[in-house]
Amino acid sequence: MRREGSAFQGIGVVVLKELSDHLTSVRMRVLEWLVVLVALAALYGAIQQIKDTTAEDPFLFLRLFTTSRDPLPSFVSFISFLVPLMAIGLGFDSVNGEYNRRTLSRILAQPIYRDALLFGKFLAGLATLAISLITLWLLVMGLGLLLIGIPPGAEEIGRSVIFLVVTIIYAGVWLSVALLFSIVFRSAATAALVTLGIWLFITFIWPVLAGAVAQAIVPLDPRYTALGLQTPGTAEAEHFLARLSPSTLFAETVVAILDPTTRSLGPIYLSQLQGAVLGAPLPIGESVLIAWPQTVGMIASAIVLFVIGYVIFQRQEVRA
Amino acid sequence: MSDIVIEANGLTKKYGAATAVDRISFSVGRGEIFGLLGPNGAGKTTTILMMLGLTDISDGGIRVLGFDPAREPLSVKRRVGYLPDTVGFYDQLTAADNLRYTARLIGFKKAEREEKISAALDRVGLADFADKRVSTFSRGMRQRLGLAEILMKGAQIAILDEPTSGLDPHATSELLAIIRGFKAEGVSVLLSSHLLERVQSVCDRVALFSAGRIALMGSVAELGREILGGGFVVDIEADGAGLAERLALIPGVSGVERIGISKLRLHADRDVRPEAAAEVVGSQGRLRYLGVQEPSLDAIYNRYFENRPNEELAMKDGARHAA
Repeated sequence: MRREGSAFQGIGVVVLKELSDHLTSVRMRVLEWLVVLVALAALYGAIQQIKDTTAEDPFLFLRLFTTSRDPLPSFVSFISFLVPLMAIGLGFDSVNGEYNRRTLSRILAQPIYRDALLFGKFLAGLATLAISLITLWLLVMGLGLLLIGIPPGAEEIGRSVIFLVVTIIYAGVWLSVALLFSIVFRSAATAALVTLGIWLFITFIWPVLAGAVAQAIVPLDPRYTALGLQTPGTAEAEHFLARLSPSTLFAETVVAILDPTTRSLGPIYLSQLQGAVLGAPLPIGESVLIAWPQTVGMIASAIVLFVIGYVIFQRQEVRA
Repeated sequence: MSDIVIEANGLTKKYGAATAVDRISFSVGRGEIFGLLGPNGAGKTTTILMMLGLTDISDGGIRVLGFDPAREPLSVKRRVGYLPDTVGFYDQLTAADNLRYTARLIGFKKAEREEKISAALDRVGLADFADKRVSTFSRGMRQRLGLAEILMKGAQIAILDEPTSGLDPHATSELLAIIRGFKAEGVSVLLSSHLLERVQSVCDRVALFSAGRIALMGSVAELGREILGGGFVVDIEADGAGLAERLALIPGVSGVERIGISKLRLHADRDVRPEAAAEVVGSQGRLRYLGVQEPSLDAIYNRYFENRPNEELAMKDGARHAA
């Protein structure tokens, strides 16, 4: 049974309306200021640290993102902490808000499909996040130029652009999570709490738990422990479990992209190190290859979460 | 019969084991005001949602303007305006901006958009509030804004779900006046309500819902004759010697009842107002009031279910399911 017309009819209208709602909302302004202030603080710390360093570094500009100075964490850790918050803040009431305002059935009585509404909401949220992150990125690059005084090389620019793209993808994952729970729960407060709870669990508890669970699945081998090494099976299991969390995927991707000396994101066997010049930077293409599975993993999880929400939304009753 | 705009045939909606709408059939003609009446949870809103393709049809079929809402929802929704039960708008936007968003979704060009929006707001008396935020609107104003949306859309059918619920009498009569305006333009109106007597005055025909079925269908007068056992009740206020006796002699009058000082009530099998007036004038009396009592939907409804206690039980059962 085919439906008439395109599922995307009216999607542009929905995107523009949602985008203007986001950009004019008080919530967005608060989130933006939070991100900008926190990022500036991290950047300030990084620049102080970089100024104290006299050693030669071919990737000085990338240090802006990764260097931290006590007590402040690095720009990257701030971002990985705040981007999910922004995404959840934008998405937690997107669908149930329409129910609660009782606008959903009126909008769906117009000649559009539900698809257009949901896609439009997701794209508008992603566009809003992208606009904020691009602004933030430009701000960091500009401040870096001014305060360090050394222009970034082409490869540094390339790597930081990839970092920007990966961050937007990561934001998309959390936007999908928020959208899913805004479909499942009719109450916006419940949706926000559940989404934040999941974010806390995945970001802070799961990495710790992954180690414990891995040891339960593959017990530590005392022979390796005696030598002070990780048991390979346990380490692999731990990596596998940890990578179920998008925040692990994001952290690994960022390490590979922003630190050119990263050669592998998992356990390294001695055989793999044969002929390697340790500490030598990899070309940008190789770094991207290392981070590729993680990036694809993030894109895939965003799509899967969105599809789950999509299916639930299609089957939901529109009456409030 | 090309003037049929909505035709339902054995329409059924099941939620698991519960049946919300049970094999209903009805048709609505062009320019007709058709009332779906009945208690909350009788299946009125579900019927409307099936009509718009917003919920799946379990069995049977419905054609709206010749389209099947399940397969061609866009064609249906382009031509049908819908005012949901307690309609909501984006509070932070102005009335005109809310309509602009809908107009864009419908796909109106920019030039015709502004024209249609101001014309529609004018029609419902909200022209002065076009640039006010909807958050400041009263309930009646929101309902009128919802009607403006339907007007702007240029819909051929207006589906109004509980348009008068929660409105004060003044707002209700304003709303009913706008609804009569639809009819004047040849727009068919499908009206759902649980307040029988409020909408009785505007509906050409009504379908009384109970437990997912249409218990009764027809014009209010027809139903009155059918259920209340036929007969017209004519009230008359006049003086004149021996008026009661003279009125009783009019052919068709079965009884005369004195209900007050110079107030009489005639029971007849047809509308005897012309003859009654002639009698009063003929006896040199002074005629102060003459009117035929419209059968009240409430009375019809109650009488119908008095005679069918089983169905009323079923109705209550159905209401519980829907709640």
